[in-house]
Amino acid sequence: MLDTYTDKDKKETRAGYGAALVELGRKNHNVVALTADLAGSLRMDAFIKEFPDRFIQVGIAEANMMGIAAGLTIGGKIPYTSTFANFSTGRVYDQIRQSIAYSEKNVKICASHAGLTLGEDGATHQILEDIGLMRMIPKMTVIVPCDYNQTKAATLAIADYYGPVYLRFGRPKVANFTPENEPFEIGKAYVLSEGNDVTIIATGHLVWKAIEAGKILTRQGVSPEIINIATIKPLDEKTVINSIRKTGCVVTAEEHQIYGGLGDLIAGVISRNYPVPMEMVAVNDSFGESGQPEELMTKYNIDTPNVLEAVNKVMGRKQMKN
Amino acid sequence: MASIEELKNIATQIRRDILRMVHGSQSGHPGGSLGCTDFFTALYFEIMKHNNQFNMDGIGEDLFFLSNGHISPVWYSTLSRAGYFDIKEMYTFRKLNTRLQGHPAIAEHLEGIRVASGSLGQGMSVAIGAALAKKFNHDDHLIFSLHGDGELEEGQNWEAIMFAGAKKVDNLISTIDWNGQQIDGTTKKVLDYGDLAPKFEAFGWKTLQMYGNNVEEVVSTLKLAKTLTGQGQPVAVIMKTHMGYPIDFMVDNHEWHGVAPNDEQLAKALEQLPVTLGDY
Repeated sequence: MLDTYTDKDKKETRAGYGAALVELGRKNHNVVALTADLAGSLRMDAFIKEFPDRFIQVGIAEANMMGIAAGLTIGGKIPYTSTFANFSTGRVYDQIRQSIAYSEKNVKICASHAGLTLGEDGATHQILEDIGLMRMIPKMTVIVPCDYNQTKAATLAIADYYGPVYLRFGRPKVANFTPENEPFEIGKAYVLSEGNDVTIIATGHLVWKAIEAGKILTRQGVSPEIINIATIKPLDEKTVINSIRKTGCVVTAEEHQIYGGLGDLIAGVISRNYPVPMEMVAVNDSFGESGQPEELMTKYNIDTPNVLEAVNKVMGRKQMKN
Repeated sequence: MASIEELKNIATQIRRDILRMVHGSQSGHPGGSLGCTDFFTALYFEIMKHNNQFNMDGIGEDLFFLSNGHISPVWYSTLSRAGYFDIKEMYTFRKLNTRLQGHPAIAEHLEGIRVASGSLGQGMSVAIGAALAKKFNHDDHLIFSLHGDGELEEGQNWEAIMFAGAKKVDNLISTIDWNGQQIDGTTKKVLDYGDLAPKFEAFGWKTLQMYGNNVEEVVSTLKLAKTLTGQGQPVAVIMKTHMGYPIDFMVDNHEWHGVAPNDEQLAKALEQLPVTLGDY
């Protein structure tokens, strides 16, 4: 099954956002797109060309952008704010908390260049805390798609969902392996391969790393179950719990801090429901630095070999337990 | 249309409500609320074309946004007296399970409130967004907002002021409560920002000034402000008020920013404000 996923078609997840935005513009006249001087980086050019009257250039003023987005919903608009993940979260936490989430506003916070794979710009622009920041806010839905197709599908899907959404995607070209035109279901965990020996739960760019690790494990005679958590919140706990009951051990993988992200989330779920050996592949309490995306993923231990190492550890602990 | 005498009676009753609400919960912000009462009275009982059959989107009516949410008592009383909800609900101000939260919130679905405020500096951006939504919807009604002068120390306001001027948000009338007081003292002492009108004008706004503790002047100036909309520029109204007006021991005293009167102080204050419409 894993062999059906290939990296022959590489695309930017952010390009999936841009492609969906222009489709949405045609489908839903209430969709309005905003940016804070990063329209090109968010691949919004086609939307702007086709719908110049539904595009708002706010300038380098993210707090104002979040407030304007909240206000636009009062009148039935569906605003999509578009900037880097760093400036979509930490910089505007209070605006999101009060004017959007506490106020139950139908704002879609669309965040590109998340994580280390932003690359050469370095730590001031990379954010590894945003999943944690957003999932702590009551009433916020948090979505982290894994490739171009899924980002496109998620961008389309959130327009039909009423409520604040944080949609996180990235900068580089990565394997585009999820089925084209597969509708995105908010709150669904996608089981990419069924297995019995270990559960690997990944999100965002790390889903591909989990697949690469899964292919190696399969060749070694290990049967991994790989789950793509595209919706961090609300989490599909049922699928997670069912899987770990079957496999008895779990590895999480994410392009985020070890604190507050997917690993923390899954740890909470399994400790409350069915404790099993667990390892987290995540950045270990550190800022990033400049470098090429793949170099950074290797240096900060969120690459395929790290997933394999974590699998070995949890399977070893599972055997000791048995 | 209400007469000036009727508006004065409403304002007097709202001021009684403010003092009694804050006293009832021994918590809240009477100073700025009392200072802005004439503005709220003029806005809701004379200026705005609004519908008290509350609808969140507010299409086809003028809308108001309160940015300095701590003066919630004056807004709650005004909304209630304007018919948005039962005046008896004022009893619940700041108490457990209330819809009248310490700072305005929509989670409790209180009619008349469209966005939470309290953490300062965010209201103008929201008002701009609502104004843009009106333009998208070809709805020619207006957006009004109120901001504290101390609140202008928050940088987000200046992002918003810059945007509204540059993008010609000309269906917006933002009023600044220029009472010169904030928690730690006078605005001059805490952070002196100099003259406000030239700052707004430099960002492309039309500006008006008025004395905010004379309901007749507030009505006439806001009517003038309405005539200036639709001409490619947002409108700022700088409103001089007295914190705590007209209670003799509260006027212009920043210590009444967020302090509740005790029984004796309440009695003394209410002596200066006769019952007009009837207490809640």
